[in-house]
Amino acid sequence: MRFTRTSKALGMVAIAALALTGCGAGGGSNDGASQSAGDPNKVITAYSNEPQNPLLPANTSEVYGGRVVELLFEGLRSYDADGKPVNALADSIESSDAQNWTIKVKQGHKFTNGEAITAKTFVDSWNFAANSKNLQNNGFFFESIAGYEDVSAVTTEKAADGKTTTTPAPTAETMSGLTATDDSTITVKLAQPEADWSLRLGYAAFYPLPSAALADPKTYGENPVGNGPYKLEKAGAWVHDQSISLVKNADYEGPRGSKNGGVTFKFYTDPGPAYTDLQSDNLDVTDVLPSNALKTYTTDFPDRNSTKPVATDSTLNIPGYNPNFQGEAGKLRRQALSYAINREEIAKVVFNGTRTAAKAFAPPVIDGFKADLKGSEVLKFDAAKAKDLWTQADKIQPYDASKPLQIASNTDGGNKEWIDAVANGFKNNLGIQAEIQPFAKFAEVLNLRKSQQLPGLTRSGWQGDYPSLYNFLGPVWATGASSNYEKYSNPEFDKLLKEGLAAKTTEEANAKFNQAQEVLFQDLPGLPLWDQARPIVWSNNVTKAETGWNGGILYYNITAK
Amino acid sequence: MVRFILRRLLQVIPVFIGTTLLVYYMVFALPGDPIAALFGDRQPPQAVIDTLRSQYHLDQPFWVQYGLFLQNLFTFNLGNDFTGQPIAASLARVFPVTAMLAVEALAIQAIFGVAFGVFAGLRRGGWFDSTVLVASLVVIAVPTFVLGFVFQLVFGVQLGWAKPTVGANADWGSLLLPAVVLGLVSFAYVLRLTRASVSENMNADYVRTATAKGLSRPRVVLAHILRNSLIPVVTYLGANLGGLMGGAIVTEGIFNVPGVGNKLYQAVLRSEGPTIVSIVSVLVLVFVVANLLVDLLYAWLDPRIRYDQ
Repeated sequence: MRFTRTSKALGMVAIAALALTGCGAGGGSNDGASQSAGDPNKVITAYSNEPQNPLLPANTSEVYGGRVVELLFEGLRSYDADGKPVNALADSIESSDAQNWTIKVKQGHKFTNGEAITAKTFVDSWNFAANSKNLQNNGFFFESIAGYEDVSAVTTEKAADGKTTTTPAPTAETMSGLTATDDSTITVKLAQPEADWSLRLGYAAFYPLPSAALADPKTYGENPVGNGPYKLEKAGAWVHDQSISLVKNADYEGPRGSKNGGVTFKFYTDPGPAYTDLQSDNLDVTDVLPSNALKTYTTDFPDRNSTKPVATDSTLNIPGYNPNFQGEAGKLRRQALSYAINREEIAKVVFNGTRTAAKAFAPPVIDGFKADLKGSEVLKFDAAKAKDLWTQADKIQPYDASKPLQIASNTDGGNKEWIDAVANGFKNNLGIQAEIQPFAKFAEVLNLRKSQQLPGLTRSGWQGDYPSLYNFLGPVWATGASSNYEKYSNPEFDKLLKEGLAAKTTEEANAKFNQAQEVLFQDLPGLPLWDQARPIVWSNNVTKAETGWNGGILYYNITAK
Repeated sequence: MVRFILRRLLQVIPVFIGTTLLVYYMVFALPGDPIAALFGDRQPPQAVIDTLRSQYHLDQPFWVQYGLFLQNLFTFNLGNDFTGQPIAASLARVFPVTAMLAVEALAIQAIFGVAFGVFAGLRRGGWFDSTVLVASLVVIAVPTFVLGFVFQLVFGVQLGWAKPTVGANADWGSLLLPAVVLGLVSFAYVLRLTRASVSENMNADYVRTATAKGLSRPRVVLAHILRNSLIPVVTYLGANLGGLMGGAIVTEGIFNVPGVGNKLYQAVLRSEGPTIVSIVSVLVLVFVVANLLVDLLYAWLDPRIRYDQ
């Protein structure tokens, strides 16, 4: 699930508090088997905000809709708290060559409206989601399947004034690589081998949809019917701008069985009132803290807070189109910049000891993560080396100091503080002018990034969609990838990614992906900054709450007292 | 009288067009692509963005966009906001909540403000007058958001007398705390206005005449002093109603009231021109009607005022 514009601002606040291991884990002390079982029928309340789209899994790409969809649906697989995929509706997922996959679907499962879920349900849902005509935000998740380009085809028209408009123009209704051979078997042919393809089957885009959803997505999205651990309390349980009420789905059988009677998401436009509500037990759990509470939440909620590392990292991107950062001199300068950032100290002082310095281009919670990759020494603070490299670069090609080096960012969500610290590091250690290039809104930065009009550095964050190393590399750094706004391109990196995808086992694949990261460390198209954790607090009404691998609260695991 | 009202209502038209045009243009001029901003670091396929953009006419020049908005308005179809929700429905959700909040706040400031003001004005320089003057000065000096946080912490969290936030299913009871905060600053102004007005009118000739006629003290105060003192107060309250409806952004934010202020704030964040302008249009109407009512009240308060020459 990725940041949205609003959730980004809030998310940055939330994530601004990454606990060092063992810190802020006061909540761990009073839970456990000795505790009374609690009331399994009581409804808990949780922080959220208005979802931005009708609640269709393949169309929900922001956190507030995502958390509802994840509770309403169950896919072929789901992720446990550590991000390990476990089979849910799938009996088995097999492939001998990483290209042809056979998925056996468990029989007897139904949507809450009684409709049976078969292999065909999945095939229809996926074809619907991938079809460009249906405008599903997560449609590109099916891009690996053979025939995706036909259902997702678009035409691009260029108007007289030079503006281009893209319109959906699918040439097929179904993906050729996707078939339901019988009620319980899905066969999938990928366009090319991908070892980690099955890892993503727990992501929301792959959830099954009942036929009503395909017939009238918009109406369905207001009152979605799913097969997950929860269902809507009743039609109209989504009161716009106010709340969504979910109750336990008694028929659910799967790995995420609910320990409470339901979840009511209360919408807050600001995390401040939610924090106040938690202090007076009017709200049971929140994963977004106001920035002024980051220093106090462990004392405000002793024994009722937890902070766990999540699969989210931050990077400072360096555009290749800035002449100062081109060629051999540019390479030395990028290294110098990286050496000049004191990640450990900023994590400790600015983030109050609640983030950790990055060790690679992916966070440590991801399977296959390796610290100490070749070239990763640039992540260690070394003022002398930074200055030395900078001087070397100046000998090759003098630095154009006519403009200060700017770091572009929206200034909400507590971004200004750490950017000031980074800029000061550049000033003091490299002797150059550096400053924040402030924007009121994330959208402005994004626009300029897309049109390559930001000559300075840009802050970016990436939250994993599914727990895979590839997800932190491919979409961000591969040539022509959807979030590669600075247009970084290195054929060697692309090749290693491809080889990793084609590997037979996950271990082999991860080895290739780590090699690909070493290429990134050579080129440094961006400087990894820190990995994040998610602080959460809960009320006296519930026994405990915890977050999963991606920082989402495991609502189904919360017990009411 | 009827002509007066008609003339006033006709004035709405230029005011309405002027404000909506201005607001629409300001939203239009905001930098950043609102559709791209709906999504995060990973953008959806370009076809999705382009389709949404043409669906909301964002690919059209300003005059076309504004023209379409006006056309929609006059056919009573406000269209959808960027999350696909009908704007009319969300206005129907938020305005009652804020209207309740505003009426409650207005009632608090009118009733308590006038009552305290009369008492203070009648005994100018007394202990009640002095206390109230100092207290109201303090209230005026403290910004609303400070009052809001303090009230929320003291009454909501520490004493637990009220829920610290409103949230879904707002009713008169749950809106009381924000209404008090919202009404408090204006309460102080109403109090001071009434006090000054009352103490001035106390020495007027007609009051001496009324007392000399042998009228009872309450009758003199209520029918003569108060009625004549209310004109500036009513003017202030009328102008304030519009302010309470549209200016509750801070209070609604602190208490998480699902009202106009919160909606407006969200819409501004998302650069949603149609939503912002729709809200502003309704606020313009509220302002105009409130001011009209105030003008009509003048005649009742002071029969010397006539509307038709």
